Amino acid sequence: MIEFKDLVVSYPGARLNAVDGVSFVSARGKLTALAGPNGSGKSSIVKALVRRADIPRGSATIDGRDVRLLSYAELARSVAVVPQREEAAFPVQVREYVFLGRYPHLGLWRAPAKEDEQAVDEALSQAGVEDLAGRDTDALSGGEWQRVRIARALAQKCPALVLDEPTTFLDVAHEMAIFELMSSLARSGLAVLLVSHQLNLVARFADTIVLLDRGKVATSGSPTEVMRADRLESIYGWPVVITRDPAVGAPALVPLRRPVQL
Amino acid sequence: MTRFRSWYWFGLVVALLAIAMIAVARGAVSVSLAGVIDALRGRGDATAIAIVRDLRLPRVVLGALVGAGLGASGAALQGALRNPLAEPYLLGVSGGAAVGAVIAFALGVSNDAMITLAAFAGGIAAVFVALAVARVGGRSTRADVRTLLIAGVIVGAFANAAIMVALVRAEPNTLRGALWWMMGSAADATWRRVSWLAASILLAGGALVYWAREIDVLSLGEDTAASLGVDAERSGRRAFLLAALLAAATVSAAGLIGFVGLVVPHIARRMGLRAHRPLVIAAALIGATLVVAADLAARTLAAPTELPLGAITALLGVPFFLVQLRRTS
Repeated sequence: MIEFKDLVVSYPGARLNAVDGVSFVSARGKLTALAGPNGSGKSSIVKALVRRADIPRGSATIDGRDVRLLSYAELARSVAVVPQREEAAFPVQVREYVFLGRYPHLGLWRAPAKEDEQAVDEALSQAGVEDLAGRDTDALSGGEWQRVRIARALAQKCPALVLDEPTTFLDVAHEMAIFELMSSLARSGLAVLLVSHQLNLVARFADTIVLLDRGKVATSGSPTEVMRADRLESIYGWPVVITRDPAVGAPALVPLRRPVQL
Repeated sequence: MTRFRSWYWFGLVVALLAIAMIAVARGAVSVSLAGVIDALRGRGDATAIAIVRDLRLPRVVLGALVGAGLGASGAALQGALRNPLAEPYLLGVSGGAAVGAVIAFALGVSNDAMITLAAFAGGIAAVFVALAVARVGGRSTRADVRTLLIAGVIVGAFANAAIMVALVRAEPNTLRGALWWMMGSAADATWRRVSWLAASILLAGGALVYWAREIDVLSLGEDTAASLGVDAERSGRRAFLLAALLAAATVSAAGLIGFVGLVVPHIARRMGLRAHRPLVIAAALIGATLVVAADLAARTLAAPTELPLGAITALLGVPFFLVQLRRTS
């Protein structure tokens, strides 16, 4: 379980805190979505979780342990993160790439054991990329690359998984496939925390939505509780209506048109 | 992608030994291979023994060490900076070392060991200046790798300008010394210099091999590295400093020998190596072979005139690199 309590994240030289007193929980077996406008603090929360940003106040804990008290390796054995962007400078074979997910367990010198091979095989099959194992990372499509990156995170064998905008640049089918994958990973018992802009997909898949606005939690709860037109309008500063998704009945957001002064 | 096969190691070692044997045998006075082996064991003609043991062998070993240091340094840097165009001299090491040597010359230092030391100190100082510049230029307290690269280039350019100014009124002796640094040469090899260089390369190269898996993770980017349990900033700085140490040691021993650190890691990768532990070791072996071969060419192509070693490696390196660039784009 990932838990944030009154979390504050600030960057040196910045006037405002990027994250300003955020509390919420990402529980095991649940898909929790973190949404909000650009610059609302979503990625800063992920950064704080992996200690890439300072936490002047409040805390981020994984299964009750404060991330600041964990070693980097312990942290990487507790939570696996798929960051928003990653540009590999040199292509690697997919299986070798996924094997890097074992680094927190192997360290600098331990040779891979059977359990490491097993973890990699499982991760490849969970993410549905066994067929790509022999390919090079520069020969993958956008959707394949995202699934391979998720496989790398799964090879870490952590109880918690965090994905930062995993479906940007993906077409509908690949986007759906990633959401289905995350949903099934949550059902398999992981605490899955998803940072996403895709409110409509999030409303269909997530158990809980945490909606951020300017570094604070604007609202959180089940998709029906969070997806309310008045609230979303004030957060995003754009007129919207909420309808029902005709297929599954989940709340769906339709942004309206309005003239823009250019 | 080609798969690296274990017999390639054998090939790399044999290639290095073979070229080294040829390099020891060939020169103004050629010695037969059997003669070389005899001389190494202290048998046969006294002149041949002197040529092999005191003149050619230290030179060949020095060349091999310089190549090994540059190759390993380049392999580690390209991985840690995630930049296939990174090379040790980009860090400002070369310019700094040359400044150190020229200052020593200008102060009238003639002791070889002192000049080597001054060059080494200059190279390391330049790296620290680059680190400081990167920290000032970066948005936060962290030295971003890209800023670091640019800072290195700027510090190097500044050092070169400083040398130009210093050389305007230089004595012919200083001028010759400075030129030697800029062209690179293994000619002044002594066993003392060789052992000093060997110690630095074993130490810094060994440390790079020790921490090589961190570089594997670093090469995925800082955010991903952090999520895999690597303190990206600290590991990056460590790889950077070790690579700079290797480069500074080679520059102080043999001057500027360009393109080895840039080209050699690409050859190792083309052989199918990706993980940095074998990559750094293979790059060291390939770099050693390349520099020994280039030095052999420098000595023999226009004999009795000796060509500058740094120019030979650049002449070989540039076309190779252009082909490589064309293939990847």
